[in-house]
Amino acid sequence: MDTLAKRLLDGSRRALARALTLIENDTENSQTILRELFPHTGNAQIIGMTGAPGTGKSSLVNALAQAYRQRGKTVAIIAVDPTSPFSGGAILGDRIRMRDLAGDKGIFIRSMATRGSLGGLSRKTRDAIRVLDAAGFDVILVETVGAGQSEVDIVRTAQTTLVIEAPGLGDDVQAIKAGILEIADILVVNKADRDGAQATERALKAMLDLGHPVDRTQILDHHGQMMALERSPEPIDNASEMWLTPVVRTVATSAQGIDELLETINSHQAHIRDETRFDQLEGQRIQIELLERLQGDIISRIMANLPTDMLSELTQRIQSRELDPQQAVELIIQSQELAQS
Amino acid sequence: MTKVRILIAKPGLDGHDRGAKVIARALRDAGFEVIYTGLRQTPEMIAEAALQEDVDVVGLSILSGAHMALVPRIREAMNENELADVPIIIGGIIPDDDKVKLEAYGVRGVYGPGTSIDEIVTSINGIVGTTDELGA
Repeated sequence: MDTLAKRLLDGSRRALARALTLIENDTENSQTILRELFPHTGNAQIIGMTGAPGTGKSSLVNALAQAYRQRGKTVAIIAVDPTSPFSGGAILGDRIRMRDLAGDKGIFIRSMATRGSLGGLSRKTRDAIRVLDAAGFDVILVETVGAGQSEVDIVRTAQTTLVIEAPGLGDDVQAIKAGILEIADILVVNKADRDGAQATERALKAMLDLGHPVDRTQILDHHGQMMALERSPEPIDNASEMWLTPVVRTVATSAQGIDELLETINSHQAHIRDETRFDQLEGQRIQIELLERLQGDIISRIMANLPTDMLSELTQRIQSRELDPQQAVELIIQSQELAQS
Repeated sequence: MTKVRILIAKPGLDGHDRGAKVIARALRDAGFEVIYTGLRQTPEMIAEAALQEDVDVVGLSILSGAHMALVPRIREAMNENELADVPIIIGGIIPDDDKVKLEAYGVRGVYGPGTSIDEIVTSINGIVGTTDELGA
């Protein structure tokens, strides 16, 4: 076994931190390490948290982590912040709101930058979750900025997804448009001591009432395509079998509503851990992951084989309206097939 | 894709964090991943963040004159976290005599008032380039 993987399983925090770096950097040996850690995964509760900037996600993570610690659970936190598209650098500042967690060996906080990689982020986040899972943490909190599709993908890898909203951020439900609302297992109205909290809660509830409750074990949206998965043997005729997204009010900075939120997370976990449901949901997550990895690998293989000038040449031909983009894709695929035969 | 990860922390009790913030932003613009922990960090907090974030360099902003008290304690806390190989850099006002003494604690760069961002970036890149990679 790789010595780093072994040290990690033996409880070395330095080895854990280094393994996370190797995964972020996508080094050769990160694959070996992941392979060796994989049998040790599958035990953690994975909670995703997203929401617009300024809704108090980091403070909520801070409060939730403390509540889990009071109940004797160990907690790992992955805090994702955006990479600057211009410089490639990033300021990762979520730890500022998590100072209360300092000095506790039952807590491990890791900041990750998005590094602007196409689809690669959700893969890396998944791998980082696995590493922390193998390291034995009971709960893994994944916090992302709810700004784009890649963030939605990340939280979709979680078992329970919290979408966080706060009053007074302009239009009531501005930040929570259809896409992000639909991924929420629990909606949180944070900063609930502020004016307008009630209006925000009401608006969210109204939107939830409009939406049809979806049984997530049956249907799944993958990159805009609806994938129907095998139906469970007995049709679901009882609406109470479905999880209806609750709205929970919190004030993270004074820990108000945190116990209730934790209980709600626990009931959702109990709901999804119903035996057949859990297998189905995990099967879905694995299938999404397989397709994403396949996409990523196929693209990088094609790019590696592509003649150096082909991409810029095709770009020019599209720009001069000689080809349309789809024709260019066909040409690339044809050239690959020729190269293989 | 490898990125230089650097912790920017402000130990001790003085509340002037403008410098640290400006540096954090400038380093981001130079392509670094900056983990910014904010004000009033204890040596233990700094060592813990450096460990969890697996940073290449620990950057301290010290304007209070307490560097000879703080740096040895931070070094010690870092060594306890198996971070003996991680260098420290300091931004602030440090007398020349102290600069020499601080080298014993793994301080590889000291940037006083007037140091340009370019100088700091070049210096950090040099420091990171020469530290031994721990590898797997």
